Amino acid sequence: MDKIKNLFTVTSSPHIKAADDTRSIMLTVLFALIAPGIMSIVYYGLRPLIVILVSVASCVAFEALYCLLMKRKQTIGDFSAAVTGVLLAYVLPPSVPYWIPVIGALFAIIVVKMLFGGIGCNIVNPALAARAFLMSWPVIMTTFPKVFSKLSLGVLNAADVVTSPTVLTVLESGPKAAVLPSLLDMFIGEANGCIGETSSLFLLIGFFILVVRKVITWHIPVFYVGTVAVITFIFPMYGFSNLDFMLYNLLSGGLLLGAVFMATDYVTSPITRSGKIIYAVGCGLLTVFIRYFGSNPEGVCSAILIMNILAIFIDKITRPKRYGTGGGAVNVK
Amino acid sequence: MLSTFKGGIHPDSNKSGTAASPIEKMPQSPYYIFPLTQHIGAPCTPLVSVGDHVCLGQKLADSESPLSAPIFSSVSGTVTAIEPRYTVSGYKTDSIVIENDFKDTVCNTFLPLPENKTFEEYTSEDIIDIARNAGLVGMGGAAFPTSFKLKCALDKQVDTVIFNGSECEPYITSDHRAMLEYPRFIFGGIKLILKCLHLDKAYIAIEDNKKDAIETMRSFVEGTKIEVKELKTKYPQGGEKQLIRSVLGYEIAPGKLPLDAGVVIFNIDTCAALYRAVYSKLPLTKRIVTVSGEMVTQRKNLLVRLGTPIADVINYCGGLKNGAKKIVIGGPMMGFAQHSLEVPIVKSSSAVLALEYDAKKYDSVSNNCIRCGKCIDACPMKLMPNIINLSLKNNAIEDYNEYNVSDCVECGSCAYVCPQRLHLVQAMKIAKEEAKRSVKKNG
Repeated sequence: MDKIKNLFTVTSSPHIKAADDTRSIMLTVLFALIAPGIMSIVYYGLRPLIVILVSVASCVAFEALYCLLMKRKQTIGDFSAAVTGVLLAYVLPPSVPYWIPVIGALFAIIVVKMLFGGIGCNIVNPALAARAFLMSWPVIMTTFPKVFSKLSLGVLNAADVVTSPTVLTVLESGPKAAVLPSLLDMFIGEANGCIGETSSLFLLIGFFILVVRKVITWHIPVFYVGTVAVITFIFPMYGFSNLDFMLYNLLSGGLLLGAVFMATDYVTSPITRSGKIIYAVGCGLLTVFIRYFGSNPEGVCSAILIMNILAIFIDKITRPKRYGTGGGAVNVK
Repeated sequence: MLSTFKGGIHPDSNKSGTAASPIEKMPQSPYYIFPLTQHIGAPCTPLVSVGDHVCLGQKLADSESPLSAPIFSSVSGTVTAIEPRYTVSGYKTDSIVIENDFKDTVCNTFLPLPENKTFEEYTSEDIIDIARNAGLVGMGGAAFPTSFKLKCALDKQVDTVIFNGSECEPYITSDHRAMLEYPRFIFGGIKLILKCLHLDKAYIAIEDNKKDAIETMRSFVEGTKIEVKELKTKYPQGGEKQLIRSVLGYEIAPGKLPLDAGVVIFNIDTCAALYRAVYSKLPLTKRIVTVSGEMVTQRKNLLVRLGTPIADVINYCGGLKNGAKKIVIGGPMMGFAQHSLEVPIVKSSSAVLALEYDAKKYDSVSNNCIRCGKCIDACPMKLMPNIINLSLKNNAIEDYNEYNVSDCVECGSCAYVCPQRLHLVQAMKIAKEEAKRSVKKNG
């Protein structure tokens, strides 16, 4: 019996684990991100696909390189760098030169993620922080090609791109003057903007995949979008009807991409149920305020980044009430 | 709506392999090992010495302390050693080793029962004495001496009794089979306990994945004031604080026992053991053990004599399959992993599991919390396991109590759901100990 003695593994309980680990969760997120990406290829040709691939490859490579140089355990196997890569590409216009995602990946992975300690330790969402950083090239980052304008795959000159302002910019000139896409077109995808923003429909499908696979709960996306919906419905601007203004706001400017895939990032959102709700409402309020009063028509990126910073403080004020001290507890003599 | 509590998890029940297998009597083994501590409380001191001949049901060890339970021989034979042996906890504990003579000579000193009394005439003290003299402890896993629990419940004048047949741990079906095969014994024990506590109202709590057991128990309690409560199948439904929340609808205040709220809980197998002691005039010498897991050749429910080495139990079930990496005594959520097969079955061993252990599946790429919050949603005690884990990592001892680590029941729900595979229960256990120590130090 002594021979087989040492073959058994001894650990603390529990001895069974749920099927989902970080890797499988990240793969599910990648799966949910496929559909919105395909829509961008439908509208702009293969160029966005190359941007996505460059971004993912750079993110994974930078993380691998960092672990190698710092003699740390290799962490690319959890696929979180790949998710950051896709998300980074999704918040870039499809016409960006290919060095933009590389610079973005460098900032997202090295500065925002790895220098803070790797997965789980970053304060802000790496992809969004990289987007904010890339705003240092404002022309590149705010040039949006028209949908169905096939982009060439090589070096793009500004003159080659048939540009079109985004819906949020057009919105400011009112319902009559502007050439607005119909709401249905916007829902299905014919709204120009960043790579991942094109199709509200496919972003919603992504939302359902994440909720059904229990990667996220519905709270953050619903409260985020809900807050934006309520305020834009009550306070329409530029002469729009309440409903139109609300719907154009919901379907444009990366709100759904941000609410479903960015604001729900585990690491940078609060950990408690009630904290998530406060955080999502905060994201919604900031988004609307920036859209109403800011010089930038878009507000999602800054709103989420600001709430990211507040997340751990929200955790502190939303600790679950201790068991046996809430309503219905027994008062023991 | 079925009654339940907040939080918890839904692991694969894995009970189908044994839920329909009738309880089999396991044949005798050549050697039996009886650790002197098989319960919460004072260890027993041996009453026999090496070389003594003992008979079936003979008292081997006892203690003066009220918080203890005597230990009895489950076979007849010769005491060959009294020495430290490995037990379920992984430590060596003083144990009495008996070589079986396969004669099953029964003691002429039967379990002392009150003389010239029928069941109906037993007093509370009689029943407490029987529980003590039969060596009964909670058979669900906690192994709290039954006589002491009854005495406290009587002193505190509890008004609510819950009989726990929820059996929420995956794989285990010993209580389930007991409810199907020995309902008369369970019901007899329930009547004795209620008589002891001067009560007639009680609940029997069973998870809704055991419909047949619910039906059986319902047919027995017809016409009494005992109610069979069907609970939602969710882990850890059988934990005492969760059970009270589910059955009675309220939470027990922090640091308080169910007794403080006038509630006492007994495992249904403990009831059966109490009745069996009265009925057969024999102390506790066997129990039902579920042998299961992917890596055991045949899954069975066995009636095993206490003291049987688990090697014999596993061999009787056809042995281990190739690739068995983990042997667990108890359930997969709260049981103890064993390094040795010489460990004996004791009063609280409800299962022996042979599991595969895929290190790849159970180890994470990094040890960082990714703040998904799944452990917080899963914790049935409303704790923040990830924050306590972080405090432990940062050696922030003052945070352990700030985050109420002492409330942790070590059910394992947090570690089960953690996608980073962090060893959260291990962290909670360490933090609990350190918190206790720091409180002591600071007075």
